[in-house]
Amino acid sequence: MGLISFIKDRFNKIDKTVDEKYVNGMDKSRKNFSSRLSSLSRSYKKVNQEYFDDLEQILLESDVGVSLTIKIIDEVMSEAKKRKVDGPDDINEILIEKMFYEYSSKGDVVNDIQFASSGPTVLLVVGANGVGKTTSIAKLAYRYKNMGKSVMFCAADTFRAAAVEQLTIWANRLDIPIVSGSDSADPASVAYEGARRAKAENIDLLIVDTAGRLQTKTNLMDELSKIRRVLGKEIEGAPHETFLIIDGTTGQNGVIQAKQFNEVAAITGIVLTKLDGTSKGGIILAIRDELGIPVRFVGVGEKIDDLVEFDLDQYLYGLCVGAE
Amino acid sequence: MAFEQLTDRFNSIFKKLRGQARLTEANMDDMLKEIRIALLDADVNYKVVKDFIAKVREESIHQKVLETLSPSQMVVKIVRDQLTDLLGSEDAALNIPTTRPIVIMLVGLQGTGKTTTAGKLAYYCKHKLNKRVLMAACDVYRPAAIEQLETVGKQVGADVFTLGTGTDPVEIAKKAKEKCFNDHYGALIIDTAGRLQIDDALMDELNNMKDAVSPDEILLVVDAMAGQDAVNVAMAFHEKLDLTGIVMTKLDGDARGGAALSIKYMSGVPIKFTGTGEKMTDFDVFHPDRMAERILGMGDVLTLVEQAEDNISEKDLKRTANRAMSGKFDLNDMVDNLKSVQKMGPLSNIMGMIPGMPKIDKSQMERVEKETIRIEAIVNSMTPEERAHPEILKYSRKVRIANGSGTTLTDINRMLKQYEQMKDQMKQVEKFTKSGKMPTGMGGFGR
Repeated sequence: MGLISFIKDRFNKIDKTVDEKYVNGMDKSRKNFSSRLSSLSRSYKKVNQEYFDDLEQILLESDVGVSLTIKIIDEVMSEAKKRKVDGPDDINEILIEKMFYEYSSKGDVVNDIQFASSGPTVLLVVGANGVGKTTSIAKLAYRYKNMGKSVMFCAADTFRAAAVEQLTIWANRLDIPIVSGSDSADPASVAYEGARRAKAENIDLLIVDTAGRLQTKTNLMDELSKIRRVLGKEIEGAPHETFLIIDGTTGQNGVIQAKQFNEVAAITGIVLTKLDGTSKGGIILAIRDELGIPVRFVGVGEKIDDLVEFDLDQYLYGLCVGAE
Repeated sequence: MAFEQLTDRFNSIFKKLRGQARLTEANMDDMLKEIRIALLDADVNYKVVKDFIAKVREESIHQKVLETLSPSQMVVKIVRDQLTDLLGSEDAALNIPTTRPIVIMLVGLQGTGKTTTAGKLAYYCKHKLNKRVLMAACDVYRPAAIEQLETVGKQVGADVFTLGTGTDPVEIAKKAKEKCFNDHYGALIIDTAGRLQIDDALMDELNNMKDAVSPDEILLVVDAMAGQDAVNVAMAFHEKLDLTGIVMTKLDGDARGGAALSIKYMSGVPIKFTGTGEKMTDFDVFHPDRMAERILGMGDVLTLVEQAEDNISEKDLKRTANRAMSGKFDLNDMVDNLKSVQKMGPLSNIMGMIPGMPKIDKSQMERVEKETIRIEAIVNSMTPEERAHPEILKYSRKVRIANGSGTTLTDINRMLKQYEQMKDQMKQVEKFTKSGKMPTGMGGFGR
């Protein structure tokens, strides 16, 4: 069984509603990629150097990045030679296989938040400015509340104008308690208060929102370590999870972002947002390749339930459906 | 600095080239390949890179680069010219109507920085164009977007017009324009909700708003971190709305901003402003020619000069200069000097603009900034007499100052040494004015 048919087979067994949301959300991204891939294979009977150049272009335009693209194409070329195949469909299948292998060989991933065996579980949410941290937090809270967990917000973005108000509006809509400090309060002190209250009120999941920051601002990055220390002092093992939010439209800077945030905040997973647009989010493949950090969730729309678990099978299938 | 890495890459490519006696077709190909990778790594759009490389190659052949005396210099020139072309060949100013208020609409994807840009633009209109500014809160979708604009409005001293979240954004824009005209404001800045270019309903809303208020400027706000797809996004916004300009935000990060550069090339819409920080003053008019030179490591001296002019009063400068010439340069002058430099913005911003300075890394710059703060603290703990005559500082005075400023004797001695060095340099300046020779080296601090 070829990999694509294997993925399709698995795909059919998965819960249809989540599935459709995913594929619909990814629709625009997918169509672009897949229609180009299939029109590419239609226009070639046998693969030549030009075909590989075109494949390279498709990967580069998906923000996969130069070095990973070259690596993948090289591997596909030598694998094709080894298997003695030169039909475009066979080549495409090898391409998907390679991308699948590249990603999954970096280790197993559990998407859902790993809850602590006792006491509140703390999720710290970090990222650059404007990537969709607060919206992702609301979506995550909705997800875990629906699973029967008690959720609390901690508004530690005391910097951006009206950031606390934004999270408070979500808290009210979702009927979730929120801990916030005064404007321009020390974020670490708000985090401390959040941890204290989560413990006292026996909350299952405390989600800590932080201000967007560019990874080049050393003092702001140091602030993240301080927030982590404060959380860890109040609740053992906290933060248990630290999610980096990456904007799906991000280019090659995404790798640097992931690297720098990982250094100060030990990232346990990525939430890839805005995949309902036309961007393909290929940067996550480069991040996984260089740093091993996995994507855990994907944001596919503006509605509160537009957050789905990341599934590599589906992601690649979504990108390449119709590629046969 | 966003273009630093691109600059580094070009520098290393050209360094390689300089080492070779002659440019051959073979190493020309190598160089073009390197330039291609550098540009792709900088998120310059694939198609733009392809065009760019082809043009550089063509120009190199056309200008018979291989036969010239310094072929690598020629290639540098060609790359710079082509890059300037790609960035747009002349400065693009705002279309300011003479007899009525200017109306500006800000549009873009979610999270690109529209509201922050609205605040910065309001500050710019107020202080650079001397206009009273009204901002219209037309993002009725994102929670707390209106509150954010109101907070920003307060920060920059601009009024905010809002009808809450229950009114059609087009209606809000219309009413805001009426208020702007009736109440004799000089500028209206319309903040709109972030949207995907494929969201037909929301794109129609922008189009209706455009028809309702006939803006002088429709600026697309683009994140410097954006990847390959940014060009498609911009083209869609442009087709629908006929954009008049681009604002490139988050350029204070280390994203290389190649996407914004590509947008200019593909759409012809000029980049008008850049956002370079969290403060409302971190906003610059975009100069394509200077940016091209910066990419090539030639620095952005003109921007630096302009910032200096904005922030340092001529009086201050004259006073320091006169003091220096008369040999009366004391610690007060040194602190004044350091403060003037600080006023121009973080040292790291300034250093990036000076040619030949890219070797200083961020941690070094931060050390220099910290050092400046320490020097100020030390001098502030001195008596007026001590500041004017540092030579009277002996052990007991130094202990007192160290205690007062929270520093150590070593810090104070180091500061005094730096002062002596600066004083020496001032003397050189004096000599220079008499002999016509330039002094060597910059300030002595940070070493």
